[in-house]
Amino acid sequence: MADYITVNDTKHPLPDDPRVSLLDFLRQEVGLTGTKKGCDHGQCGACTVIVNGMRINSCLALAVMHDGDTVTTIEGIGTPGAPSALQKAFVEHDGYQCGYCTPGQICAATAMLDEIAHGMPSDASDTLEGEIQISDEEIRERMSGNLCRCGAYANILAAIRDVAKEKAV
Amino acid sequence: MKPFQYTRPESLVHAAQLSQDTEALAIAGGTNLLDLMKLQVETPDRLVDINRLGLGEITENTDGTLRIGALVTNTAAANHPRIRADYPVLARAILAGATQQLRNKATTGGNLCQRTRCYYFTNIDQPCNKREPGSGCGAIEGVARLHAVLGTSTECIATYPGDMAVAMSALDAAVHILAEDESERTVPVRDFHCLPGDTPWRDNVLEPGEIITAVTLPPPVQGKQIYRKVRERSSYAFALTSVAAIIAMEGDRIARADLAFGGLAHKPWHDPRLSTLLVGKLPSAALFDEAGDLLLEDAQGFGENDFKIPLARRTLAAVLAEATETEI
Repeated sequence: MADYITVNDTKHPLPDDPRVSLLDFLRQEVGLTGTKKGCDHGQCGACTVIVNGMRINSCLALAVMHDGDTVTTIEGIGTPGAPSALQKAFVEHDGYQCGYCTPGQICAATAMLDEIAHGMPSDASDTLEGEIQISDEEIRERMSGNLCRCGAYANILAAIRDVAKEKAV
Repeated sequence: MKPFQYTRPESLVHAAQLSQDTEALAIAGGTNLLDLMKLQVETPDRLVDINRLGLGEITENTDGTLRIGALVTNTAAANHPRIRADYPVLARAILAGATQQLRNKATTGGNLCQRTRCYYFTNIDQPCNKREPGSGCGAIEGVARLHAVLGTSTECIATYPGDMAVAMSALDAAVHILAEDESERTVPVRDFHCLPGDTPWRDNVLEPGEIITAVTLPPPVQGKQIYRKVRERSSYAFALTSVAAIIAMEGDRIARADLAFGGLAHKPWHDPRLSTLLVGKLPSAALFDEAGDLLLEDAQGFGENDFKIPLARRTLAAVLAEATETEI
């Protein structure tokens, strides 16, 4: 059993208290506060991070259960000086109002583009096989685990659509 | 969250032994359990982490069955080439549930064991015979929109919330269970979950000291497979009602009709009389009505969920019409 979690390429020791969620671990022990606590019950998606390539709700995970895992948070996706394509698109399209859900939206969308590239179907897909046809319906379904209480959905969708279509070309 | 001891057992049998303690709970993905622990609906003294015990594989057996390890994630199951190709009703049911973030964490065994989303069960300030035996049922004369219309009791009208198990019930899958004395047993998914009766705290047949190791799907069958889920919003909502169907035709007549229903009862609802009624018949609106009558003859609403009875009837008819290409 490894006694650390790798967060954005840096190893951090596991917490002593098994009750510490991966979310609280990231924010309070690692000091990366980009990942947000919204509902703390897996309903809003603000705490979304990428663990071993898969997006999860970090509020519904115990840090001690992730020993040896590799976590990417919003801080590992891009920086103000070198933002990722999605981060740039969110700025260009004004894909937020208060910005609280944005790190979760971008982490979720980053993983979502990989899922599409790997041909993973969604509930909105017409067939379970073959290449995914990117549509607004597909993006909405795949992003349904990320709520935006400001209701910036139209611009979030536009930002993701831009990057998804660029990737698909 | 109340303090607990976190244990990672060395083997499956060790995990089963630790689970004998009624104050211990096994944790896999944890997406439901950790939520309930935060709400103090679940307050285990010990969490037995069964991850990394080698139950994460899907294997094709020589007899044509497909074995899904208990720790296979919902995402991995829905995306497995054999499940997509031969058991699309299961892939579709899984994809209709929760969100990608949750499906990436949630496991096959954990999904079977997920607990009801009854508002009284998840609120420790409310009466609930499931959470606190003898405290009463808040839902029977209360807010009951999500609640059951079939197989209820005077103690509990909660529903089993999942989608995956509804498809597994239609497919007649089997649950493999390991006990602390190393004995194994197999229970059909159709018999795995319980009706509330006078033991509403009991969701399923697992005993202390037993853990799920796998689910086996029978060899694939011919026919059209459909999972239709009706809910209050188009994504990330529990079923008001759902229908899992495997329907095959022989000429003009129905040759197979395996059906299971979600959102209607304390378990995925399977009524073998429907198959008996439908098989050998010419599909028609009148026949689908008759099937609805049979399915719902003992249905009872509790005010807010009365709508589920006509909704289930129409959803069944719509699925049968689609599967048999019949105008209704």
